[in-house]
Amino acid sequence: MKLSYYPGCTLKNKAQNLELAALASLRALGVEVEEMPRWNCCGAVYSLAQDDLIHQVAPVRNMIRAMERGSDAVVTICSQCYNTLARANRLMANDEEKRGTLNLFMDEEPDYHGQVQALHLLQLLRDHVGWERVRAAVKVPLTGLKAAPFYGCSLVRPCEVSILEQVEARALPVVDAAPPVDPSLGPGSRILEDFLAALGADVVEFPASTECCGAYQVIANPSAANDRAGKVLSAAVHAGVDTLVLSCPLCEYNLGTRQDQGNDKLAALPRVSTIYFTQLLAIALGLADVCQTELNNDATRRLLRARGHVASPAL
Amino acid sequence: MTHIPSPLSPAALATVARLNEISGENVHKCMQCGTCSAVCPMVPSMRLTTRAAMQLLQFGEAEEVSRAEMAKLCASCHTCTVRCPRGIDVARVFEAVRLLTLRDNDDMITLREIPAETLESAPPIAFIAAFRKLTA
Repeated sequence: MKLSYYPGCTLKNKAQNLELAALASLRALGVEVEEMPRWNCCGAVYSLAQDDLIHQVAPVRNMIRAMERGSDAVVTICSQCYNTLARANRLMANDEEKRGTLNLFMDEEPDYHGQVQALHLLQLLRDHVGWERVRAAVKVPLTGLKAAPFYGCSLVRPCEVSILEQVEARALPVVDAAPPVDPSLGPGSRILEDFLAALGADVVEFPASTECCGAYQVIANPSAANDRAGKVLSAAVHAGVDTLVLSCPLCEYNLGTRQDQGNDKLAALPRVSTIYFTQLLAIALGLADVCQTELNNDATRRLLRARGHVASPAL
Repeated sequence: MTHIPSPLSPAALATVARLNEISGENVHKCMQCGTCSAVCPMVPSMRLTTRAAMQLLQFGEAEEVSRAEMAKLCASCHTCTVRCPRGIDVARVFEAVRLLTLRDNDDMITLREIPAETLESAPPIAFIAAFRKLTA
């Protein structure tokens, strides 16, 4: 399986700790991914308007770049990139009319019909590496670390691009049918939980794990975003977690970085560690020195120091 | 069959049609159960509940919904979309409300009001997403 790696803007910027830990870990696991050339912005948010196709051009172009290289899949790490690429890709695969319009509009590009897969790194680890191989490669098990998965919105909604479920929930009959309980949900339905268990961590059930972190409202309506972060973090404190485990730089900013910025909605709460899943993977694989914990919040550095994963001076 | 004229004004009917066209949804499928209000993470910051906004939209009152900052505060987390028992993609409906404002060239962000600390520290996707969603 040939993989193209799509980093997106933020992994080259504020979230280098998300990217470098991932790439070093993949090398250690023997998975070859190559950054695709000429990638462009994914759009960050998927356009929800039926009459707005121009905003699909950017994500689709990325998929075309991967197709030109003969890739079977585009692998992303950032949740927002994953959501935007996966949804645009589904549009190209399933909507004949819009696919035709977009292909015609991009007449300098080869025609594309959604044949390259858009994958999140967690899906790659689950479906192509396998938790057993991850478990076998662990050198520093995260024993006793109470880790709570935080999915946020983009990894799990809408259903058709969820990394958890592979059922078409929206295609099921609504109203008069009982909520679907699909046994095939089993292996995929707890992807971050299974990931953390493979690293030897104690997985903590956490009621806010698929809630909104406040997202980009931190720019437009910071007070509303702070309220969201406060609710998520207080749920984490109540659940007694050592750290939240994230995949999205926007979640990390709202829940992690902003704790250290005198955010009064969070002032009354104990400080909570927030760490990217790729950093935990790197630590467990014995690669703690690529983790760039100077980009995490204070609580995370304190936690990792206390557990002896990183040396003291990095504060 | 007797034709019962709509109680809505032609302008309100046109707004409903426009919302449905942009969103690809039918706001009249909403049966006012309130599930969307119960699950919406932003409702505490909004001046209406999601359910109340859906009812106003059924009557073409998009401007009142905009004034209540519903579309401005909706972060498209899609919780309402996946929970709606009527299968309405509510996030698309609020995108349509947002676009009715933005397509009149009215921005929903004042750039000068973004604090310097946020400009310095926020990740690029925060800005791209906010400007994509909230500027004309």
